[in-house]
Amino acid sequence: MNDNKKQLRIALRNCGFINPEIIDDYISRDGYMALGKCLTEHTPEETIKEIKDSGLRGRGGGGFPTGLKWEITRKSESDQKYVVCNADEGDPGAFMDRSILEGDPHSVIEAMAICGYCIGADKGLVYIRAEYPLAIERLQIALSQAREYGLLGENIFRSGFNFDIEIRFGAGAFVCGEETALIHSMEGLRGEPTFKPPFPSVSGYLGKPTNVNNVETFANIPAILNKGAAWFSSIGTEKSKGTKVFALAGKINNVGLIEVPMGTTLREVIYEIGGGIRDGKKFKSVQTGGPSGGCLTTDFLDTPIDYDNLIDAGSMMGSGGMIVMDEDDCMVAIAKFYLEFTLEESCGKCSPCRIGNKRLHEILDKITSGRGEFQDIERLQLLSQVIKDTSLCGLGQTSPNPVLSTIANFEDEYLAHVNEGKCPAGQCKALLKYEIIEDLCTGCTLCFRNCPVGAISGERRQPHYIDQSLCIKCGVCYEKCKFNAITLS
Amino acid sequence: MTRIKNLADLHKIKEEVQSKNRLRSSLDYPEHLVQIKVGMATCGIASGAKETMKYLNDELEQQAIDAVVTKTGCLGYCYAEPTIEVTLPGKEPVVFGYVDKAKVVEIIDVYIKRGEQVEGIIPLNFQTIDD
Repeated sequence: MNDNKKQLRIALRNCGFINPEIIDDYISRDGYMALGKCLTEHTPEETIKEIKDSGLRGRGGGGFPTGLKWEITRKSESDQKYVVCNADEGDPGAFMDRSILEGDPHSVIEAMAICGYCIGADKGLVYIRAEYPLAIERLQIALSQAREYGLLGENIFRSGFNFDIEIRFGAGAFVCGEETALIHSMEGLRGEPTFKPPFPSVSGYLGKPTNVNNVETFANIPAILNKGAAWFSSIGTEKSKGTKVFALAGKINNVGLIEVPMGTTLREVIYEIGGGIRDGKKFKSVQTGGPSGGCLTTDFLDTPIDYDNLIDAGSMMGSGGMIVMDEDDCMVAIAKFYLEFTLEESCGKCSPCRIGNKRLHEILDKITSGRGEFQDIERLQLLSQVIKDTSLCGLGQTSPNPVLSTIANFEDEYLAHVNEGKCPAGQCKALLKYEIIEDLCTGCTLCFRNCPVGAISGERRQPHYIDQSLCIKCGVCYEKCKFNAITLS
Repeated sequence: MTRIKNLADLHKIKEEVQSKNRLRSSLDYPEHLVQIKVGMATCGIASGAKETMKYLNDELEQQAIDAVVTKTGCLGYCYAEPTIEVTLPGKEPVVFGYVDKAKVVEIIDVYIKRGEQVEGIIPLNFQTIDD
């Protein structure tokens, strides 16, 4: 492999190359060939076997083998089955699915039709969040073009196979990315998860067998069928085949969308493709897997990325968000940020998630505002474990992960907060202290005049003084002082 | 549009588009054109790709340069949006980043008209499935 080219684009093979609003562009790059071949030359069983042999695993986060899922849905007997595309991308900082739908919507449509043929469904549904207007618009254009060409509708490729796709809009609830909640939302019910089993492949949308796959998973399918299972399974690691799309975000130079073969290390992704940390700062941590994942330290930079390695490292693949943090980020505050997110997005159905996360957040808030005690760290760990063990769905089962992984990897930062009342990264405002160095202060009164709360006092040409009980740590004095006489500790 | 009934129909469309693209990009054919793709995913549009595309179209028209400007999805260089890919006849495609109005003028004057190098080229860092 060419050393400067760490990326390999399979799911993103057409993104940025074709006009997503012209179906002929897609066809010119072997679009709908895989569907045509399946319908005219292969049985559903052969196609499923090909997908199974390729080793493709679900790209939404769980990593369940796609071919196996299709086979289970195929074997579920019913008069009606459904293919659902999960485009409810909700992780903060993630935009893989959006880019695929905006850049190459036909690849998803083609794959859904193939899936329909394999499992015996004539109806597909794309569940997409209403916050993605451009993706929706392009998907609608693509659907109508595919219908005009007869690539959707009745008797596709004169094979007797019928298939059509509808779009369902989600209101942007994070929990609706969980497949049972997603299905309830499509049925017009509250977006709340239910206990599995029964899995959707047995009883899903309207009680019928339903195959739910993520956008990126579908986008891989036509390429696998065109180039063969052997080609696909030659890429990647032993248990994770193919490539994964990541949305690189945070304190990194080249923010963007990348696709790398499984087994690429975090170091290659961050330093070679991502161009390193912004402003020459030091790398501290990378968060993978969104609010359900964990924060990995420098120790894991050389870990090859795949489903199992990331879980062993205390994080997860997730849908592919990758947020890079530098030395200025406080890990306790990061954990609190993610908790805030899950707290807001918890559907409230089961109490471990609804109440437990609230309590976790309160403890983290206590620590970041300087009121933390040593025992709080233990409380966080105990409570996290209970939430993980007893929550109903994936949201609750994984929501304490950011807390647990930051405690495991950055315990010293937690200790600095609770024992010394210090935030090593200087992010937790309540723990900051602005002070005037008497020797350097000229008594120019600039800070005194700019302090919004009147916390600074002192005579002209005499050293000034900050009243800590009044100070709101806004930092104005620090910025205004021309003599570097104000310190931050 | 006609219905696609079999694989042969599909291959016909594929061939048509590919030969049209070859005509446009090969110097040997009289119809050759400058081809420009503007990254118009959410990331590009948020950074001003719509303005860039409009300005690009206006400038090319005013200067009577034969070019096809199309929109495309995200190439992944979200940090450098708006990005455009320029293919001069007989040459490899080149991707430019941070393309604002000033950059559009520079690209047209220096790269498209005179064929000289312009700063701001993003080196391609990926392989495609056909490599």
